[in-house]
Amino acid sequence: MSDHSGTHSAALPADGSLEVDQDRRGFLTLATVATGAVGVAFAATPFLASWSPSERARAAGAPVEVDVSKIEPGQMLTVTWRKRAVYVVHRTPSMVDRLAGHDGELKDPESQKSEQPEFARNAERSVRNDFLIVEGTCTHLGCLPKPRFDSGAAPELGADWPGGFFCPCHGSRFDLAGRVFNGSPASQNLRIPVYSFPNEKTLIIGVDAATTGAA
Amino acid sequence: MAASNDGLPVRTGFLGWLNERLPVDSFMRDQLTGYYAPKNFNFWYFFGVLSIVALVIQLFSGIFLTMFYKVGEESSFDSVEYIMREVKYGWLIRYVHSTGASAFFIVVYLHMFRAFLYGSYKAPRELLWLFGMLIYLALMAEAFMGYVLPWGNMSFWGAQVIVNLFGTIPVIGPGLVEWIRGDYGIADATLNRFFSLHVVAVPLVLLLLVALHLVALRQNGSNNPDGVEIKARKGADGKPLDGIPFHPYYTVKDLVGVGLFLMLFTVVVFFVPTLGGLFLEAPNFEPANALSTPEHIAPVWYFTPFYAILRAVPDQQMGALLMAASVAFFVFLPWLDRSPVKSWRYRPLRWRIWLAIFTISFLVLGYLGLKPAEGTYVLLARIFTALYFAFFILMPFYTRGEPTDRVPDRVTFHHD
Repeated sequence: MSDHSGTHSAALPADGSLEVDQDRRGFLTLATVATGAVGVAFAATPFLASWSPSERARAAGAPVEVDVSKIEPGQMLTVTWRKRAVYVVHRTPSMVDRLAGHDGELKDPESQKSEQPEFARNAERSVRNDFLIVEGTCTHLGCLPKPRFDSGAAPELGADWPGGFFCPCHGSRFDLAGRVFNGSPASQNLRIPVYSFPNEKTLIIGVDAATTGAA
Repeated sequence: MAASNDGLPVRTGFLGWLNERLPVDSFMRDQLTGYYAPKNFNFWYFFGVLSIVALVIQLFSGIFLTMFYKVGEESSFDSVEYIMREVKYGWLIRYVHSTGASAFFIVVYLHMFRAFLYGSYKAPRELLWLFGMLIYLALMAEAFMGYVLPWGNMSFWGAQVIVNLFGTIPVIGPGLVEWIRGDYGIADATLNRFFSLHVVAVPLVLLLLVALHLVALRQNGSNNPDGVEIKARKGADGKPLDGIPFHPYYTVKDLVGVGLFLMLFTVVVFFVPTLGGLFLEAPNFEPANALSTPEHIAPVWYFTPFYAILRAVPDQQMGALLMAASVAFFVFLPWLDRSPVKSWRYRPLRWRIWLAIFTISFLVLGYLGLKPAEGTYVLLARIFTALYFAFFILMPFYTRGEPTDRVPDRVTFHHD
């Protein structure tokens, strides 16, 4: 190696002091860091975006068609839409009657704080009184609430149970319109998916009436 | 320090050549033979080294499991059964890994409790404690994602519950949950990314954090059951009077602890690998089913105290918040505890009672987290959640100016 200390000291001022423009150095440091940060943000974007649902997952989330004429009154059918269970309940007139009279025990009887399409923001939380279409995902932490349609006393449900759903995971209770009872860990009513009835017998989950042109 | 030649053997030949290029001898001296640890360590000081043993067991058995496991919605469950039934000694490798996960948490919890007993989190070891807490958080993430991989029904529903916790965050919650899952529900995409994080990303982070934990430990040396700083009293040779070289004294002592640990470990692996559903839960021997929730969802035992807190609250946002807080309070321990004295040996009855309340609350909540959330269990969970938080929140008040005993100048050998 050659003696590089000579070349090095030659660059210094004769009196040995270093005259550094600190303002200029500070500005250049800041500008470099800022440019680098923007670069990192851009470089990170594709990696972060890769976690969003893929095109295949999106395509698999297409609407689902159900023939409701095959569901007997008082029966429930579970269909899968977007990896989630959707409960289609054929409510009998007596089940619809049992929706009234316990508003005081509900956290959100008017569905003001809950998620549902506008058409389901009513006491029955449905388009048709005889059909409840509700997501089978507990609004607490996503378990499947179990159907407990029979009214009457049961130890975990309370003395005057009007019929509804009971989540076995953390004990949330919902009525036959998916409205949550006081004392449940869940704070919101069961979610209602977007759906429509293009005719008397057909239910489409995932598309609303405005799109299909039906009532 | 590395430049000094004090106490290094004179090397010639190959070892001389090697030491000129790699600081083998000086590293051994600085980290082992010349690293002085307090001479009054008791059995609580086994659990640090046992945590490293557990980490090595998990890395080693995990590498072998990855050779036979096939990640995917369609293949994960079957490949685990393939490992259990057809791979030679596959059952052993898997049971070592599943038992290792629980063993890791047992020794880490005891290691943490040691810090509570002897005030090891106090100045000047706050960063050591913080690195330890980060390790604990990484370990929880690692364990959770590992639990999802067999794609049993409890894997699926456990993932559902935990991932949905992020949905309780205001505004960004629902979008965040979809981003974490990569689908509209827990799906193949979720399983795949958890696999990647479990076998690559989190282990790398864990190793880095363990290295930082050890470097921070070396900076001030270990605390001890008396909470006396041994570096404050040095002999004429500059060595702490109450210190002994880590090697050979503690390496040999630790070997005994490792031996005992491995004996207990193998008993579980060979005779009771599920430990009555505590280490491996029965519903996880059924494949994942999005349309059938297990009768009763419970996490593995090491998460149950926090799970009990989550369920004790009749509001989902509040529950998730309290659950996060129950872990986060550990982080602030060095600043919540205002007592100048480290070890419980010299702290008043008041502190001992609070520590007992906390320990009992943690254990009771752990038990309640395994039980269904109904009736008396919920009431008990609420009471012990309140006590758990009282321990932390009231700590600045009951520890400030507490009447302590005089801490001895030198370490002692009485037993507690």
